Amino acid sequence: MNTRAVASLVGTALLISACGGTTKSDVARQQSSAPSAASSSTANPNAPIKQGLKIAFLPKQVNNPYFTIADRGGSDAGKEFGAEVKEVGPSDANASSQVSYINTLVQQKQDAIVISANDPNAVVPALKQAMDAGIKVVSYDSDSGQDGRHLFINQAGAEDLGRTEVQLLAQQIGSKGKIAILSATPNATNQNTWIDFMKDELKKYPDMELVKVAYGNDDDQKSFTETQGLLRSYPDLKGIISPTTVGIAAAARYLSSSSYKGKVKLTGLGTPNQLRKFVKDGTIDGFELWSPGDLGYLAGYAAAALASGQITGAEGEKFKAGRLGEYTVGAKGEVLLGKPTVFTKDNVDEFDF
Amino acid sequence: MTALSEATPPGHGGRRLFDRVTRVRELGIVLALAALFGVTGAVNPTFLSFGSIRDILLNSAIVAMLAVGQTLVIVTRNVDLSISSIVGLTGFGGALVLADSPAVPIAVVIAGCVALGVVCGAINGLLVGVAKVPALVATLGTLYAFRGIDYAWAGGRQVNAADMPESFLSLGSRSVLGLPLLALVALIVLLAVGWMLRNLRAGRELYAIGSNPDAAVLAGIQVRRRIMTAFMANGALAGLAGVMWAARFGTVDATVATGKELDVIAAVVVGGVAIFGGSGTVFGAALGALLLTGITSALAVLRVDALAQTAINGALLIAAIVLDRVLALRVAAALRRRRYRDAR
Repeated sequence: MNTRAVASLVGTALLISACGGTTKSDVARQQSSAPSAASSSTANPNAPIKQGLKIAFLPKQVNNPYFTIADRGGSDAGKEFGAEVKEVGPSDANASSQVSYINTLVQQKQDAIVISANDPNAVVPALKQAMDAGIKVVSYDSDSGQDGRHLFINQAGAEDLGRTEVQLLAQQIGSKGKIAILSATPNATNQNTWIDFMKDELKKYPDMELVKVAYGNDDDQKSFTETQGLLRSYPDLKGIISPTTVGIAAAARYLSSSSYKGKVKLTGLGTPNQLRKFVKDGTIDGFELWSPGDLGYLAGYAAAALASGQITGAEGEKFKAGRLGEYTVGAKGEVLLGKPTVFTKDNVDEFDF
Repeated sequence: MTALSEATPPGHGGRRLFDRVTRVRELGIVLALAALFGVTGAVNPTFLSFGSIRDILLNSAIVAMLAVGQTLVIVTRNVDLSISSIVGLTGFGGALVLADSPAVPIAVVIAGCVALGVVCGAINGLLVGVAKVPALVATLGTLYAFRGIDYAWAGGRQVNAADMPESFLSLGSRSVLGLPLLALVALIVLLAVGWMLRNLRAGRELYAIGSNPDAAVLAGIQVRRRIMTAFMANGALAGLAGVMWAARFGTVDATVATGKELDVIAAVVVGGVAIFGGSGTVFGAALGALLLTGITSALAVLRVDALAQTAINGALLIAAIVLDRVLALRVAAALRRRRYRDAR
């Protein structure tokens, strides 16, 4: 009974701090950044970006090449507007592992936290505390719950990604034949949303049949085995879409050394460095991805714009993001990076990430 | 004790052959393999095609080699949990050298990875054999330590197929005499280690240590040195497996092989190696690896629902162990009855 009482107390406290945000959190904000005047809750689009902002990037996992590139984009942005950008994070992508990092960042009184949430819900309570302490929270790559952040920098619309991948494959196989999807884990939220849009897009291609969605669990060995299984159980397979960087690399590696090379088309999401070899040797005609560096860069600028009072995260506000130009905050505090880039053997050498 | 260490009793010709066959400890696993391939092949004949068998051999090569190394450690009543980290460390290290210094010959890189594996194994050996830290704890520690070194070294970097020389990558997909090169390497290692364990004094002493550590000391076996050697040999094989991993998958980062230690230990146990040491052969362990990868491949070919695969995988694993155990007990009982009859 005792613990339950405590829990409900904490719960109500959280609720109060969330709902009554206008009064309580504003006080906190003013306390934490007392010297500056630009901390009011109304946006001032002409406010200059403050110097010496402290921005922390908290990726799903450090040591993941994708986030290394994204966070480097963030620190590039930081250099441009004179902020101190650092990257911290867990080495395993567990739901709970980011919470202690958030708490530490709050104690360090960072101006902004830029996070890619391992679990949309697990980080929300900690992020709310951060927001109450006057810290601006921007999520990128993978959103946290909407009430746990000011802005979400979306790398690409789920709909765009799902549909364009099908279109890409349709071009390569002449809109005809059996195809399969090699995904990450069966419960990966990103991939499942994309796959739903893929299925919807496939309705426009009556001659293309999706025969199976296989799951490689983002594990080299398992993705390899699943690719083999797809080719064995569907000998007349024409194409594979792999909307995950691990899956597409493993599938490409298998196809390139098998007799199916060039006959079974492969497309999906991958990085140019990872797939350069396979694009050149004819295993892959084309694949797509957003630029992770640009994603981090935009997230960095968004965090600075929030922390400087240029924007508050409300729909319709505009801010400038250096070389990427001007962005507008969309519904639910989302900022869309743009359409994914398609990489083919003609342009793959122009990219290095 | 292992059936192999028992002398074949004198008997009539036919019965002697029967004895020998039924006493092979690995019989159960062979039957399980036959059942797996038979059933899957009946449903989808392409599973038994040459290309498919070749793929399965290739898939199991790395796990089989690690299982051989792990057997050396487990028969001494120890365990090495750190191998996945050693594979990760050597795989990433090897790939990094190949990508950044193309002038270094591939043979030197391979030798370097094996040497790095030996060093890691020696650290484990020192902790377990000399400092007497329980193997489970010591290698759990080095599991994190080696992976941590790997993380720090990689710093988020990824080595891609395009960065490594084609001559190296082709090692991962090339075939010699119709068999994948990696599977051949694993086979050679298997035969060599199998022969040494069975025929060399050092090999027999590993079993003696695992059967009864105290008795081994009293018998004058240099337990410390043998355990050290077992860990170092295991490290060397893990180092070789690391290079093989890099050649095979072409995309290497600091997380390579994370979690694979459990697959390897499962393969060893399925292969009939007693987890408390003293019995089992590397041939069984390699067959165990083949069975486990065979199950994964079969489930993919049989179009089994992805969400159910992991559970089915586990169930089949348990079924294989139970089948093996039942057969072993029945054979033991039959032999006891026969011995009793013969004695009368």
